[in-house]
Amino acid sequence: MTRELLTGNGAAALGAKLAGIEYLPAFPITPQTEVIETLSKWIEEGSMDCKMVTMESEHSMVTAAGAAAATGVRTFTATSSQGLLYAAEMLHTVTGWRVPFVLVNVSRGLASPITLEPDHNDIMALRDAGFVQIHCSTCQEVLDSMILAYRLSEDAGVRLPVIVNYDGFYLSFTREPVEVPNQEYVDRFLPPFPTNQPRFSADHPMSQGVAVLGGSAYSYFKYQTHLALLNAGLIYKQITNEFQILFSRSYDPVELYKLKDAEYAFLMIGSFSCKGKEAVDQLRAAGWKIGLVRPRLTRPFPMDELRKSLAPLKGVAVIDQNLSLGMGGVLHQETAAALYPLITRPILAAFVGGLGGRDISAEEFYSMAETIREAVKTGETPPQRLLYTEKENTDMQQLQRIAGTHTTSP
Amino acid sequence: MYRIRFHGRGGQGMRTASRILGRALFNEGYYIQDAPRYGAERRGAPIFAYVRCSTNPINERGIILRPGLVVVADQSLLSIPAAGVLQGCTEHTVLLINSKTPDTSLLKQLGFKGIILTLPPLTTQKDDHFPSASCAGGAAALLRIINLPALMKAAQTELSNLPLETLQSNLDIIEETFTTLSKQPTAISPDGPVFVESHNPPDWITLPLEQGGPNIPAIIGSMTSHLMQTGSWRTKRPIIDRERCNRCWWICNTFCPDGAISLDEDRHPQINLNHCKGCLICMTQCPTHAITAIPEHSNKTNDKEKSV
Repeated sequence: MTRELLTGNGAAALGAKLAGIEYLPAFPITPQTEVIETLSKWIEEGSMDCKMVTMESEHSMVTAAGAAAATGVRTFTATSSQGLLYAAEMLHTVTGWRVPFVLVNVSRGLASPITLEPDHNDIMALRDAGFVQIHCSTCQEVLDSMILAYRLSEDAGVRLPVIVNYDGFYLSFTREPVEVPNQEYVDRFLPPFPTNQPRFSADHPMSQGVAVLGGSAYSYFKYQTHLALLNAGLIYKQITNEFQILFSRSYDPVELYKLKDAEYAFLMIGSFSCKGKEAVDQLRAAGWKIGLVRPRLTRPFPMDELRKSLAPLKGVAVIDQNLSLGMGGVLHQETAAALYPLITRPILAAFVGGLGGRDISAEEFYSMAETIREAVKTGETPPQRLLYTEKENTDMQQLQRIAGTHTTSP
Repeated sequence: MYRIRFHGRGGQGMRTASRILGRALFNEGYYIQDAPRYGAERRGAPIFAYVRCSTNPINERGIILRPGLVVVADQSLLSIPAAGVLQGCTEHTVLLINSKTPDTSLLKQLGFKGIILTLPPLTTQKDDHFPSASCAGGAAALLRIINLPALMKAAQTELSNLPLETLQSNLDIIEETFTTLSKQPTAISPDGPVFVESHNPPDWITLPLEQGGPNIPAIIGSMTSHLMQTGSWRTKRPIIDRERCNRCWWICNTFCPDGAISLDEDRHPQINLNHCKGCLICMTQCPTHAITAIPEHSNKTNDKEKSV
């Protein structure tokens, strides 16, 4: 085990290398490009035995990834934002093929207006595609999740592609110390691509992704994919236990931070949850009984773990870095749905923040904690709040004046 | 925690400076985080990079709002509000400027109350060197927690893709800057977190629906790009030789992506240096080779010819 400084993109590339990927279809998009650049350099140098193919779009890229995986080779690909959505049709299609591969999505806000900076609307828009979704909060977690993802994806009880997701800029371009596992240990944890499952080859012709009419067969296959995705949650727990034995790092489906005696908690995913932990430390130093709950898996949705960890709490501030237009934050909706059957359940306060790379300050975490404490005191659920300040609005109006859009109507 | 921000222009090596400093601290056994913010992602445009350093794992993320040290590779950034050089500076912040003559009156006018230091002039002045080496060496010296061998090892790692001669000259600059600045008395001290008891709550507002146009991301006003003076992004400046120009009247000004070339009454092209970014597409397109380029800072007398 060596310790190295890696960006999130560097960690993803190294994870793919350690996993021994054999096929890499690629198409560039910021902020993901560095992943492919790094891998292409290693392939060029000869330090990796992998076939890289540049495609003409993300749609073709994901098609190629699914097709390659169907032939029985370990496949990796990566994209971001508009690229993920451009591939949307094929993302739904390849999960139906029941083929294992890993796709990195470096989260970035969606147009319009267009941005390069991160939020989770891209990955949330694809939550129904049938991929397992692993959300990372550190560069270490990016590397480890790559190795976990292949093991999970190729399990006979899963056979579904996995998305490893992490935030643009906040992780993609940020370097921090990462423990790099030995190849020997990775090989022990991750055996070669399984050969005992059906796969395409020239001497054994087969058809895949066949048409079905009438609805019964369709229902069967769709529900099988759903069941396999739910089963991935159970398999995930087994393989993370094994991972912990080999590498001494644990990755529960839901990370609980200082939650033991907590009355309140922040609930959030991704790299901003590190900021949430920092806020928890400071609030605890000021006498608060508060913790943080971070789902690492969002598909399958960790229903049982969330019920168990949230039920004893008085109040939870759910922080969504996404916005389902016309409804609200996705994490909030799904958490509320998970808690609904419980007789005693915490009050939820819904916050939408960090859209398009907007930072969330320490002061805002303290105020969110204050909001949920107040809600518990009064017993009233507060309205959803966008994290947006008076100063931001003044700056916005200045921009609108320059753009000539802030006109007084006749 | 130590919080350091490097400000420069695309191409001046601020990401490299932050990486040399980050790795030097990593080599000394600290937890670190280093990251660039590219802004317009273009040579000459303002960019910054930041480094956090602590004896404990770092949970803070994103842009540094309360820097202990701000390193400025290009003083002209001070007057560009969007560059955010002085954002979050207090009386405890040290500003290390890459200039023999720091603009103290401008800094005072901008409300800077901290300590101003300058990078020492190099004994062997190299004409076209990038400021990343001296910025990294200077920042490392002011932290007082990095030893020279750890710094040099970090620089060798981070600059390993340079040709041997360039590498050596950068290493010389880092060592010289580090040694000189280690002798002056100012040292950066680590700063704490935002405390719950004494924090200022955010002034959140409930955003109302606006109607009638302002809530559409469109630009209706004309000539808005005139407000954005991108002339300072240039590292090289195009010069038109009036003798060689055959007054074709259309090629250079058509190809200029910023519309910064206009024609005077005699059909001579005029370059608006307040907006020319120095991409030099005009130079490559001119059929009579009437346009050449000079380094931006080598001929200050040209400033007088600046047309608006």
